[in-house]
Amino acid sequence: MADYSELTPVNIITGFLGSGKTTLLQRLLRSPDLADVAVLVNEFGEVGLDHHLLQGVAENTVLLGNGCLCCAVRGDLQRALRELLSRRTRGEVPHFRRVVIETSGLADPSPIAYTLLSEAVLRHHFRLSGIVTTVDAVNGAGQLERFRESVKQASMADRLVMTKTDLADESAIATLRQRLRRLNVSAEILQARDVGEDFAQLLTDDIYDAAGKSREARGWIAEAVDEDAPHGHTADVQSFAVIFDEPLDWTAFGVWASMLLHRHGADILRLKGILNVAGVPTPVLINGVQHIVHPPSHLDEWPDADRRSRLVFIVRGLQRARIEQSLAVFNGLVNKPSTTARPREAGEPLRSPSYR
Amino acid sequence: MCALCGVLGGKGHWSDSAASPAVFASRTEPQTRGRERQARTRLLNAVLKSHGIVVKDWSGSSYLLTGRTGRTAIVDTIADLWPAAERLAGRAIDPLDEHYLATLAKLS
Repeated sequence: MADYSELTPVNIITGFLGSGKTTLLQRLLRSPDLADVAVLVNEFGEVGLDHHLLQGVAENTVLLGNGCLCCAVRGDLQRALRELLSRRTRGEVPHFRRVVIETSGLADPSPIAYTLLSEAVLRHHFRLSGIVTTVDAVNGAGQLERFRESVKQASMADRLVMTKTDLADESAIATLRQRLRRLNVSAEILQARDVGEDFAQLLTDDIYDAAGKSREARGWIAEAVDEDAPHGHTADVQSFAVIFDEPLDWTAFGVWASMLLHRHGADILRLKGILNVAGVPTPVLINGVQHIVHPPSHLDEWPDADRRSRLVFIVRGLQRARIEQSLAVFNGLVNKPSTTARPREAGEPLRSPSYR
Repeated sequence: MCALCGVLGGKGHWSDSAASPAVFASRTEPQTRGRERQARTRLLNAVLKSHGIVVKDWSGSSYLLTGRTGRTAIVDTIADLWPAAERLAGRAIDPLDEHYLATLAKLS
């Protein structure tokens, strides 16, 4: 399999109905850095309005025929991506280096991530890059209150872009920003008006991009470990950081995380983190969307002076203290090379050096 | 596919990537990967002991699980291992369960 960082990155742009996904995408696609992007648009309703708006912008648009990108139509996405791939190979479309999927306003982004990482052909050619979620500054707070879809879209984001901020007053924007921060401690929150045409980083920065991964990792953890940050929950979704002073054993972490995601993956919307792995001088980056974890990525150096492992969880109904305790117990099961080893007493049974 | 036992190559699991950057990109250090796999098998046995399950590494490519009654299951990755272990044990394996954690804490 090709190196993960060499696969074609796929971004997801999501956001509730009317939150300005298409407008944002149009602006981004004018960036010269994003000239070779293929766009998949999700038709919703009788008129594929999004598609017509986008037609003039991107040549490689493929319209997904089905209404919604949720689980039921994963096959559609699979076919569309496979078709793009084979047309690129045959030279029927200009060579693209990135794919952007604009979801419908009611879509759940997690099946898209699942499709990319689990489908037999696609996972050898594509990888998930950042998830960008637009939130309407005027109606966003109400939508987060009333619609689970909106909460899910915001909590899964790597970047949250507040749109229509020119129509909302400053205090409403500040309140929405705080609310989004509570919902998603690790996402970068910005305003659409600040996103210029040269702001390709909004899509290109991720932990597999050589140029952007250190910046991306810093962004994940900066807010999450800020003690004054308004941690907490919106609706039933909570977002918090778990911090470990002790280096983590890679084997213990893998066993623990896979067991946790098996049992509770449906309630773990995102899991991201920077790990201090025992015996490894540089940090390992972990990035998960529900049951799915991307192959870990490696930074050449620590992004800041902090050497602790920092894991950001965005969950539904799971307790932070219990997660912390659980990881500590698993990590404790693997004995580090010990200086306190003592000779075996006469008659004492032989024990495995690592596990009792 | 393994020519000797006819096992189709598994799809891999994210945690199969070794933590060390040297092994990370190239996966060219079988000794290190083998050691990591041994360490993982030991840890799996430790965490599944209370559920009566024994885990063996099978050809470095799969895991062979045996339950208390002798029923077995072969899985490719640790993501597939948990549902199989739960079927053999007849109950859930929950890392956030208080009693389970208390049992594990006694092992360390």
